[in-house]
Amino acid sequence: MSNNESTPQSRLLRGAQRTLTGLHPALESLLAAVVGLLVGAILMSIYGFDPWETYTGLIKGAFGGSYEIASSLSRATPLILTALTFSICLRAGMFNIGAEGQMYMGGIASVLVAYFVLPSGLHQIAGLIFAAFAGAVWSIVPAILKITRGVSEVISTIMFNWIARWLALYLAIFVVVDPLRPEKTLSIPMSARFPVLVRGTDLSYGLFVAIAFALVIYFLLWHTAIGYEVRAAGLNPSAAHYGGIRNKRTMFLSFILGGIAAGLAGAAIVMGLPPTYAIYGGGGLPQLMNLGFDGMAVAMVGRNHPIGILVSALFFGGLNAGGRVMQFYGAKPVPLEMVRVVMGAIVLVMSIPELIRLFPMIKKRGEELIGSMRRLTRRSDRRESP
Amino acid sequence: MSFNDILSLLRIALHAMVPLALTAAGEIVGETAGLFNIGLEGILLLSAFGGALGAEIGGPAVGLLVGMGIGGTVSLLFAVINTYWKGTQMVTGIGINLFAMGFVAFGLIQLGAPGFHDVPRAMELTKLRTPMGLMSPMILVALILPVIIYWFLKRTRAGLMLTAAGEMPEAADVAGININRIRILAAVFGGVLAGLGGAYMSIAWLGVVTKDLSAGRGFISLACVVFSGLNPLLALLGAFIFGFFQALAEWVKTLPAKPIPGEFVSMLPYIITLLVVSGAIGRVRFPKALGVPYRRE
Repeated sequence: MSNNESTPQSRLLRGAQRTLTGLHPALESLLAAVVGLLVGAILMSIYGFDPWETYTGLIKGAFGGSYEIASSLSRATPLILTALTFSICLRAGMFNIGAEGQMYMGGIASVLVAYFVLPSGLHQIAGLIFAAFAGAVWSIVPAILKITRGVSEVISTIMFNWIARWLALYLAIFVVVDPLRPEKTLSIPMSARFPVLVRGTDLSYGLFVAIAFALVIYFLLWHTAIGYEVRAAGLNPSAAHYGGIRNKRTMFLSFILGGIAAGLAGAAIVMGLPPTYAIYGGGGLPQLMNLGFDGMAVAMVGRNHPIGILVSALFFGGLNAGGRVMQFYGAKPVPLEMVRVVMGAIVLVMSIPELIRLFPMIKKRGEELIGSMRRLTRRSDRRESP
Repeated sequence: MSFNDILSLLRIALHAMVPLALTAAGEIVGETAGLFNIGLEGILLLSAFGGALGAEIGGPAVGLLVGMGIGGTVSLLFAVINTYWKGTQMVTGIGINLFAMGFVAFGLIQLGAPGFHDVPRAMELTKLRTPMGLMSPMILVALILPVIIYWFLKRTRAGLMLTAAGEMPEAADVAGININRIRILAAVFGGVLAGLGGAYMSIAWLGVVTKDLSAGRGFISLACVVFSGLNPLLALLGAFIFGFFQALAEWVKTLPAKPIPGEFVSMLPYIITLLVVSGAIGRVRFPKALGVPYRRE
């Protein structure tokens, strides 16, 4: 083997293999997306819908023109941030399912900018800081519970989601409420809104906040010492501890960063949401609902890498934007909820590691089965022949 | 607060306890064998929906069976992914939850009214007349099953094999136990119980399916499991505590003079869950191989 490696040809082969393994994660994400869409198609045909027509409507609604692409990007904006929440903590070895609640708190906190006047520019930054702070505070408590009391972050973040939901509803209905229109909160004042990027759509400059934060996280995790420590602690906590990394510190840092990301997601929605730039408390926070959970799907398909998340958020943003068109498209339109079914199926498939190797494995099993059956029939042949 | 109030509070608490107790008891079996299923929330929702449909076709017994079947099937998928295919258990669970959220909302729209579906009164499981008022017979099941499971886990050979599979799969494998198969069996059993709990919610308790019917109950049962340290009897106690606070929240909401806003009352069960879990933990020990797929070397 060793002398083989020195020949130029084998070196080339190894290089090719390396590129393939580099592509491997992307291929798997693609495969999972295809399987998820297939599951959706099967369910649709069971319920008597036409999957082909539905997906045509979906794709047209997602990427059919500049308006559609803009609204896909607009749906992708909060997903990038909530996906980062999940990914940062997963890289540090923890499951932070609390993006949903942290985002609610961030959204409500950003409404507070309506209470004071600042020049435009500073006003947006103030809103972002409020939201980031609220998200981080909501994220720190589970981290503290985990570090001091050993409470599983899965359970504590989920309980915090529910508490945040009711707290946000209360605040939206009774505290930061618009006195003239009690069904919504105060509107974000003109000077604090994110300007619309493409006229006639709801795509705002919030997109740049999301992309910038993703790039910051990429730089932080892959190009700084503290980021290296976070990732090392995630890969093998005991080895990292032995190597002098303070696991509690990395745990804390990842939760704070995750909370900031989720808080910013809330701000990006509320401050960039035409026409009212406000949260509706009456309908149960409809603009914010479930974006935190969807972020986990985005994170998984993006392989928990900031750059991958940007790509997969575009895919899921397209699913959401296209879903809105899909529910009115064709002779028998499919409800929007189908999009979440597809998402769930995609995440399920993504949980299988080395998905691609599964197919040879199944093939091998099948061949074994066929082989053993052949042996059986041969044996019975022999028995019959004499 | 009169005696009657206390009685009705207790009655609601016992009813609210059932899905939590069943799900937690099932999950304890699964976790003992080494599989941590956070998809319980989704299983509860799917089986509540399927159970209601089953009950409308063939009556309450069929409904409960359909719920159990759905729970078992979803758990089978979960278990195969996380044993033979070495999956990541958390992620599979998240996938199940997302799928259930979408599918039940979608299914409810297909039934006519978006958001909720009433189960006809005639198809609901009849409640028994007792001195405490009308009680569902499922309360008895929820009270007895944890005792049987406790006995099974601690006193039978199969229970010990299960514990071995979760605690030290290498040793169990050498002793001739098929780790993957026993884990799958345990998870399917847990899923069947969660399915029973889900179907109970729609056809024996609330009489309605909504798209957020499970309302975090799957996760609260997980909290019960964590709190109990995999002891089914303690988990039953935990389920009763959480059920009681849910009942209390419902009761406070019906008071004419509201001492605190309804939103804060609705938070109560979740806050109590957090407090109990953070107070109880520390002495709790979990199986060593919990959450880790077994690979033969």
